[in-house]
Amino acid sequence: MTRDQVRQAVLDIIIDIAPDEDFSAIKDEENLRDQFDLDSMDFLDIVMELRKRFNLEVPEKDYPELISMASSVEYLFPRLKDWKLAS
Amino acid sequence: MRYDALIIGAGLSGLAAGIRLAMFDKKVLIVEKHVEIGGLNSFYTRKHRTFDVGLHAMTNYTPKGTRSSPLGKLLKQLRFRHEEFRLCQQVMSEIRFPEKALRFTNDFGFLEQEVAEQFPREADGFQKLVAHIRAFDELNLDDTEKISSRKILEHYLSDPLLIDMLYCPTMYYGNAREGDMDFYQFVIMFKSIFMEGFAKPVGGMPYILNLMLDKYQTLGGEIRMGCGVQSIASKDGELQAVHLADGATVQADKVISSAGYVETMRLCDSCGEDEKPDRVGQISFMESLFVLDREPKELGFDKSIIFFSTRPQFHYRVPDTLIDVTSGVFCCPNNFEYPEPLAEGMLRLTNMASFKMWDGLVRKDYRAAKKEQGRRAVEALLAFFPDFRDHVIYEDAFTPKTIHKYTGHLNGAVYGSPEKAKDGLTPVKNLFICGTDQGFLGIIGATLSGISMANRHVLQAEPNLENGRS
Repeated sequence: MTRDQVRQAVLDIIIDIAPDEDFSAIKDEENLRDQFDLDSMDFLDIVMELRKRFNLEVPEKDYPELISMASSVEYLFPRLKDWKLAS
Repeated sequence: MRYDALIIGAGLSGLAAGIRLAMFDKKVLIVEKHVEIGGLNSFYTRKHRTFDVGLHAMTNYTPKGTRSSPLGKLLKQLRFRHEEFRLCQQVMSEIRFPEKALRFTNDFGFLEQEVAEQFPREADGFQKLVAHIRAFDELNLDDTEKISSRKILEHYLSDPLLIDMLYCPTMYYGNAREGDMDFYQFVIMFKSIFMEGFAKPVGGMPYILNLMLDKYQTLGGEIRMGCGVQSIASKDGELQAVHLADGATVQADKVISSAGYVETMRLCDSCGEDEKPDRVGQISFMESLFVLDREPKELGFDKSIIFFSTRPQFHYRVPDTLIDVTSGVFCCPNNFEYPEPLAEGMLRLTNMASFKMWDGLVRKDYRAAKKEQGRRAVEALLAFFPDFRDHVIYEDAFTPKTIHKYTGHLNGAVYGSPEKAKDGLTPVKNLFICGTDQGFLGIIGATLSGISMANRHVLQAEPNLENGRS
């Protein structure tokens, strides 16, 4: 996956998690929690979805890495770059 | 057969737990002893009419986009859009006592204004109480300190009438304890009724329940109806297997039961716990339903829900008689902002009732008593409300005995045990409690209970996620 694809993958997850939310104005550098009021239940879902979709384990000590879109991509890209998206 | 999780009961908490687990590819089975889903919030059909059992209105209404409210959390966790619940808000509700009435809507400011006008000397104390409630984290599962809400209310308010008027809706809609209420439960109910509000889904409980069941099954969840649990086998405090009433034995890593705490422990052979009588719930109701030949508002009923007491002092307790007609809840299901009016007018009346008294009647007397008590309950209303009896075209009623029969909850206890297992733990490892006895009440509360127990005890408890935790 490219960085853009990783970003899209994270975006797809949070769109699924919060279907009522409009993410078109998402600011990549800003805290997701503050922008969209995501709580600990939502972060659990992001982690669960990463496991389900990419077989990727994010240990609890790494949760802070998912604080913004930019930091999530930074953290996930090295772990997902060898992942082949189904075409 | 082996499952990641077995869920006992297809009520809202069981279905919600099932959805969460199936969503993350767990192999889940729900078993329900009744032939209909819904548990304490189910529905039934008589003469081609479908009646909701528990639902007057859904509490906790918040508009689309309110993210951190219980409803907002529930929608996100179960991945529903707000529109899918098809919620129609109340018009206006009321708490009516002999001397005073307080009206309220889904705008909390309206109630604050009413209190200031009706109880000018209490206005300041009420604001301080509200501030205390706002600051309180009632959803903390690990806070087990027991605080009496009566003490706190009496600290801020000096007029016992206002205290009783605030208790009338909060107790009727969610208190498992006689006379007093745990403060966190009071906060849950206060927020859900007054600060959030009432709404009804188009299509009632069958619609909401089927929406949840469809999602659960689409995600691959399995369900077995008309199939109760015979016993839960454990050895040395560890869960072994679950024996179903149809003779099947199910192996599951985790079991989440919505059957009630004592009810679940009774299913466990050799669970090693003595039964604690004070854990058995007592509070139950008789509900009378009246189908009318016209809209309730044509008969002078313009409120959505009225919580009333015909006496200045409100007593929330199991009566010594079949029912207590001196207080109750009066619901006009038509008075919600539906896009299309309901097909028929209806009124519903709830009164506190005694399981023991109803259970003591033989069949013939039971049927006569239902009629007689329904008549008494209506007569007690006539001092307060217009007479609607000439416009009733069909009536039905259910009692604590009915509730016990279909849900298995001891005493037909609608709000379960007064002692909640907030963390969902039981003496048996990997056997957990959700639903009324875990502690979040009401339709939204029960659903959140299932979600939080599934998250905490199954999804978050996975070994991989525990890495780096200790």
